[in-house]
Amino acid sequence: MSGRSVLKRIDWVSVLFYILLVTIGWLNIYSSTFSDAEPSIFDFSLLHGKQLFFFGASIATIVIILALEASFFERFSSVLYIISIVLLLGLFVFGKTIAGATSWYNLGFFNLQPSELAKVGTALALAKYLSDIQTDIKRRKDQLYAFLIILIPAFLIVPQPDPGSALVFFSLVFVIFREGLPLYYLGIGFLAILVFVTTLMFGTIWVSITIILLLVLFFLLKKKRFKLPILPIIIFAIVTIVFSLSVNFVFNNVFEQRHRDRFSLWLRLEKDPAKLEQIRKTIGYNTYQSEKAIESGGFFGKGFLEGTRTKGDFVPEQETDYIFSTVGEEWGFVGTATVVLLFSLLLLRLVYLAERQKSSFSRMYGYGVISILLIHYFINIGMVIGLLPTIGIPLPFFSYGGSGLLFFSILLFIFLKLDTNRLKEGI
Amino acid sequence: MKKLLLSSIIVIIGITFLGRLSYLQIFSFSPDQLLEDPAIKAIYDYPERGYIYDRNGKLLVGNDPAYDVMVIPREVKALDTLEFCKLLGVDKEKFIKELKKARVYSPRLPSVFVPQLSKQDYARLQEKMRRYKGFYIQKRSLRYYDTPSAANVLGYISEVNERDLAKNPYYTQGELTGRTGVEKVYEDTLRGRKGVQYIQKDRFNRDIGRYKDGSLDVEPEQGKEIHITIDKDLQEYGELLMHGKWGGVVAIEPSSGEILSLISGPTYNPSLLVGRKRSANYSKLHYDTISKPTFDRAILAEGSPGSPFKTINALVALQEGAITPSTTIQCYNGFYVGRTKRGCHCGGGARNMNVGIYKSCNAYFAGTFRKIYEKFDTTDEGHDIWEKHVKSFGLGNYLGSDLHTGRKGRIPSKEYYDKWYGDNRWSSSYIISNSIGQGEIAVTPIQLANMTATIANRGHYYTPHLIKKVEGKDITLPDFVKPKHTTIDKRHFEPVVQGMAEVYRKGTARGVQIPDIEIAGKTGTVENFTIIDSVKTQLTDHSVFVAFAPVENPQIAIAVYIENGYYGARYAGHIASLMIEKYIKGKITRKDLEKRMLERTLLHEYAKPYSGEEFRINEYDWSQHAKKPETELELFQR
Repeated sequence: MSGRSVLKRIDWVSVLFYILLVTIGWLNIYSSTFSDAEPSIFDFSLLHGKQLFFFGASIATIVIILALEASFFERFSSVLYIISIVLLLGLFVFGKTIAGATSWYNLGFFNLQPSELAKVGTALALAKYLSDIQTDIKRRKDQLYAFLIILIPAFLIVPQPDPGSALVFFSLVFVIFREGLPLYYLGIGFLAILVFVTTLMFGTIWVSITIILLLVLFFLLKKKRFKLPILPIIIFAIVTIVFSLSVNFVFNNVFEQRHRDRFSLWLRLEKDPAKLEQIRKTIGYNTYQSEKAIESGGFFGKGFLEGTRTKGDFVPEQETDYIFSTVGEEWGFVGTATVVLLFSLLLLRLVYLAERQKSSFSRMYGYGVISILLIHYFINIGMVIGLLPTIGIPLPFFSYGGSGLLFFSILLFIFLKLDTNRLKEGI
Repeated sequence: MKKLLLSSIIVIIGITFLGRLSYLQIFSFSPDQLLEDPAIKAIYDYPERGYIYDRNGKLLVGNDPAYDVMVIPREVKALDTLEFCKLLGVDKEKFIKELKKARVYSPRLPSVFVPQLSKQDYARLQEKMRRYKGFYIQKRSLRYYDTPSAANVLGYISEVNERDLAKNPYYTQGELTGRTGVEKVYEDTLRGRKGVQYIQKDRFNRDIGRYKDGSLDVEPEQGKEIHITIDKDLQEYGELLMHGKWGGVVAIEPSSGEILSLISGPTYNPSLLVGRKRSANYSKLHYDTISKPTFDRAILAEGSPGSPFKTINALVALQEGAITPSTTIQCYNGFYVGRTKRGCHCGGGARNMNVGIYKSCNAYFAGTFRKIYEKFDTTDEGHDIWEKHVKSFGLGNYLGSDLHTGRKGRIPSKEYYDKWYGDNRWSSSYIISNSIGQGEIAVTPIQLANMTATIANRGHYYTPHLIKKVEGKDITLPDFVKPKHTTIDKRHFEPVVQGMAEVYRKGTARGVQIPDIEIAGKTGTVENFTIIDSVKTQLTDHSVFVAFAPVENPQIAIAVYIENGYYGARYAGHIASLMIEKYIKGKITRKDLEKRMLERTLLHEYAKPYSGEEFRINEYDWSQHAKKPETELELFQR
């Protein structure tokens, strides 16, 4: 296949969204590290330069990816996965500790974070395993293997400690769902989260009353021809109520105060202004500052390089995990809405691309890419705007971090490469 | 279904995010955040507070620069401690202690390290200070009082409190504001307007440049100097005379309403409330609940006016045609209310207005008072008319002056008596004490002075005020430069003024005459009571005197109210006459009288109720007068 035909066939819509996101991201990194005063001893000005360098490196890597045979990725997916696992294991011996987490290899000119590589490797390996003709996802054993592929890197990452990155791997469950895992797994998981949150917010009594009311309503309204077994549903309701009770117990007796504080802040449970102020100064400081920064942007924002809170470096980690607060402050609602729209459109475009794949490997890898990007985007922005508790993971294409940008680009463009090949594969 | 799952999740997340963002950025957004923005520091440039001068241009209040050595602990670099301590004149232990204290307060924010350097130290330190990182000298301005007196008039400044901050958004924590007196009332004029520079900060509170290149900065506006109506010499002299005496002295220029002096005894030196000892001194003054030096008796002490009020009743009676100046009323060394006889000390006989005033005849004024009410069909009607006339003298209500505080006093209304006695169940006999200024009437010394000024003006007054000039320009406030007319016609004043002139020539105040100055005045002796161990106990009478001089074209009207000073001429009369002489002549000819007034104190009187022992009141142990006069009210009630 010639280079020309790749450029012809590549999905330029996705590429455009990618370039827009990286550009907007870079502008915000520039702004958040920009200083019009005399340079201080901490030379922040290097960061946006570094990021620019990695953008160049990403482009170079993308060119290589596009030049490679599409089948290369399917064939080498297991190898890549094993390399990732070995690198993750190697961290226990050779890892470099930054900010308390031993997640990096020091390669001299830059720090390699193997968990980034593992995301690509695991997405590929999972796609490979599920697309294997031998695999039947309806079988318990195969379900278990699929879950193991996801869980092994996750469990290696948790003790770094980097629970945020570990959480990312669970998003790959979507791939398994797409390929036939019964949906009630997802339903139960969702219900558990719902009961957990509502119990903390409204208390066990209200949750129980609601469940019983729903139950009664269900029996009153159900059509005669539905022959649903009553007993399992009642048992299910009881289990839910017991779960709700246990939530209170776990929250008050198992969780530590800092965990409780995080949830209190997230769910606005704390009403006492003095304690709230205390939480805001300690565990909730980042979230509070980032919310304030976004709020202060208003509809049109303060303007590029005019964000006072950004300039003052009020939001910690603002060039990495909290970069979105800079968007909020300087570009206002216009900017934040644009970014949210760009991400949504890119992800929807990728879903569309994935669904048109004839090769199941490509489709499943596509879903893996979407899941990984989606969970980063969801958790990161959700955290920055105060909808989710603090979980430190970067915003794809946006956050400062050389290897982050590089691997997100690799992740995305492997899929775009596979996409260019879809017609050939189908034959 | 499964194909749509991920897409719908993406859409739902997008909508949730947009909802949350619009809540944060559109609904919670409020544009006025410049000062709340923690990333912007406002640096204020405080203008110098305006000076205060007296009516003759003599300085009362100025400013003194003070220099504080400040420290920002985190910026302190290794230094030659020994040399630095020597330079500052502190020992090493104090140096370490202060630095620790500052660090505990905040490592990033400036703390005062050595407060209030002398000017010499400042000059010596200024150049060398740059060598010591983290230390700098901050100039502050302290109020400087060029007089030991007038504390109650001038007031003081202190740091703003929570209430001030809530009330006026101009202020920020740590700023100074006028707390009482002229400093409070003319706060905006004296203060000027602070300038502000906005500085962009980072989260470590470090400055990282001007915000928007200074486009929002404001230049400071200088405080204005003011001249007040107080006569510095008269005020200082009056306070000397009030030494050891409690009460109020208010002198007004009748032709303008300008307050010449406003003296409250006991008082304090205004310099006590400046500088490092301010707080301790204030507590000491504030918690002196017996003599209450911070209580401005000249404008806050409400008491019975006593006999000076007789002049008002005379004027009301004349206005209503109840009497003429030549109407006579028989005094039987007293008079009868029903079958009860009330006493009078004037000697008895037929009294017309002139004699009634200068002999202060109780019977004459009781009769006059009744005649006012008899003019009308009902007591209610008569009382309304009486109340209206009396109030037109500025009594029974706030004067509307530019003093920071005041009291209404009390001119009882008919409703007041209805509540007391029942509707239509009282008559002029019930309230006959009002005829001689006792009873339910209460006035403050400044109201009394204003009343006197009104008589001196023969029927009008100018609202008493303190402000004379702002930035050298005379005030034009209509409230202060337009006369307020009483409801009494001008022609009725002359007979009353003549009576008051006779008071001084041959009446109750003949002992206080001043060579070459014609004075019109009226003495008053006010009975008063206190409660000791829940027993109502009478104390020595208050000594009251009102006067104006000269009789024609008066330059000064004065009211003196001396608590427990005994009869009117005894203390109040002397003090008033000395004040008048001081003001008009500029010097005192009666040195012996002056000496006695400066030296005599009434502290033994004030100690009596607190002694816990039996005590005598109205002791006549002063050999100045040949005859011991009986107090007016004693006779009145006999």
